[in-house]
Amino acid sequence: MIAEKTNTAQLIIDKITSSANKINFINDNVISKALIFIEKNGFPTHKNEDYKYCNIDSILKKEFKTIEQKFGEVNNLKEYKLPDALTLVVVNGKYSQSLSDKIILKGIHINSLSNLDDNGKTKITKIANVESDALIAFNTLFANEGFHLKITKNETLQFPIQIIYVNNSTSECIVNPRNIIELEENSEATIIEHYINIGNSKCFTNFVSEKYLANNSKLDCYTIQDENTNGYGVYTNQIEVSKNANYTNTTITLSGQLVRNNHNVVLANSNCEANLNGLFKINGNQIVDNHTLVDHQFPYCQSNELYKGIIDGKSTGVFNGKIFVRKDAQKTNAYQSSKNILLSDDATINTKPQLEIYADDVKCSHGTSTGKIEDDAMFYLHARGIGKESAKKLLLNAFAGEVIEKIQVESLKELIQTKLNLL
Amino acid sequence: MISIKNLHASIEGKEILRGINLEIKAGEVHAIMGPNGSGKSTLSSVLAGRQDYEVTDGEVIFNGKNLLEMEAEDRAREGLFLAFQYPVEIPGVSNINFLKTALNEIRNYHGKEDIAAKDFLALVKEKQKLVELDGKLANRSVNEGFSGGEKKRNEIFQMAMLEPKLAILDETDSGLDIDALKIVANGVNTLKNKDNAYIVITHYQRLLDYIVPDFVHILYKGKIVKSGGKELALELEEKGYDEIKKQFELSE
Repeated sequence: MIAEKTNTAQLIIDKITSSANKINFINDNVISKALIFIEKNGFPTHKNEDYKYCNIDSILKKEFKTIEQKFGEVNNLKEYKLPDALTLVVVNGKYSQSLSDKIILKGIHINSLSNLDDNGKTKITKIANVESDALIAFNTLFANEGFHLKITKNETLQFPIQIIYVNNSTSECIVNPRNIIELEENSEATIIEHYINIGNSKCFTNFVSEKYLANNSKLDCYTIQDENTNGYGVYTNQIEVSKNANYTNTTITLSGQLVRNNHNVVLANSNCEANLNGLFKINGNQIVDNHTLVDHQFPYCQSNELYKGIIDGKSTGVFNGKIFVRKDAQKTNAYQSSKNILLSDDATINTKPQLEIYADDVKCSHGTSTGKIEDDAMFYLHARGIGKESAKKLLLNAFAGEVIEKIQVESLKELIQTKLNLL
Repeated sequence: MISIKNLHASIEGKEILRGINLEIKAGEVHAIMGPNGSGKSTLSSVLAGRQDYEVTDGEVIFNGKNLLEMEAEDRAREGLFLAFQYPVEIPGVSNINFLKTALNEIRNYHGKEDIAAKDFLALVKEKQKLVELDGKLANRSVNEGFSGGEKKRNEIFQMAMLEPKLAILDETDSGLDIDALKIVANGVNTLKNKDNAYIVITHYQRLLDYIVPDFVHILYKGKIVKSGGKELALELEEKGYDEIKKQFELSE
């Protein structure tokens, strides 16, 4: 049988190559590999097990027929900036020094990727393997000039850093934001990655970030996705966590027509910890697909995952959580939980825990639940005079609260509660 | 206050209430007693507006309005209160937030503004004392992790907060030790006045030592088969339900 091959990837490559800038921060060799990989494999379709519910090829083919790569300018982001946070801004995939705060604080180094130092050069593409995923390969091939953010040794940042990724597409566009975030030994930071779209045309965000946590470092990281109905995107985070380091990510999906998150965490030494939380509230025909991977390679590490979805209309939610516990990773504690509420008969959730355990002295568990709003709880609230809308809000707010409570930045927590409209 | 006429209700095609007639005036306490499965809890659920039951016949007029045509929340807003036999646990919703929402929705329904935060807290403090409810419970999630007694006291606390015209206490005594029973009864007796009324549903006479009814009705197989004064409860306690069953079977 001749394998069915689509030419979507090739067509898109042809369309955007002329407007793409030459990439000087990634080794040519790697770029060639990326090109070969994507030419050979194309974009993932539903036949690819990992993209079963999220057919990137067909979405690009259907929704991005006339890619022109025309962007508008971005001037004012005041309304999106969180108080008390340092702001970095990425416009249409490219790091904008002029819109970003001038950071002269000790402990923070920021460079655009074209000024990458030798250390940075060893980090880029190191944990985002171009031969592991077509979207990583595609990003590497057309990477926009992002940034390398480094928190230096022994520094604890007093303010969160908010990175605003803003797209202003005036035609159908594809952006490939790219960054490296590095925490040196014994440093601590809170980073909010906030994605918005102010354009009037569809924009596909193919984001790749490599995050390195050195020994004893701590990163509290938030992914806030709010790209509205013009937003389509695959967001890949490759994380390497070293000895005694602690990585926490909370991903909140507020809007977006298609949101695919690939959150891949390697616990690359002993005594480290990863906490992955997620919350999405979707409606209409939205698709939100959360794929996580926690790779326990060393002993005495912990991971916790909690993903919750509120799914309405004809929308589709996906949670696929892989946990690897390698042979040497004794004394691993790994927990995973996915809970979902379906608000309509046409809403769908697909959850799939995948635990592969090769060590024998470990504690691992996973749980998943899907239900409707409980009739008993609704009746109890009605019996106290609380009407349908308020009762629903109270119950959904309680459901979402378990994730929202994990947000340590007060202003962000308020923003999320307002945006979710559950108060 | 409330007038129930020939009320028939069924669940999944099975008729549970088979013609209830009951008239309750302001200031009265009515006890409804009966063996398990007689329809006591169905009656309270139907009055409170639980969707699972289908009313097949009869009418209920509550303060001049057709109760059965109202949504559950509107019945509550009109002043009907059901103290649940099994209060529902609602993780993540704080007791305080829950009560504030309830109180305000009832106030808004009657054209009143939201209660001021200060007044609300004062009210909570005052009413908590009535049922000796620990202040900490107010900040916890609704009924979550409460003991059986705490749940029942929480029901009475809510009743005290919402000040209904007609309260139905559905087996509020079940699962209560004697101290908790006294606290609950004391709460009810304090709240009782000439303008409100109570329906006390119970399996045992015990609660009626503390909440003294004006009338006692015996429910059996979905009908009120006997009514009387408070002495009927004592008689029942003495003879058990078998006597009633026997009489009823004969009359059928």
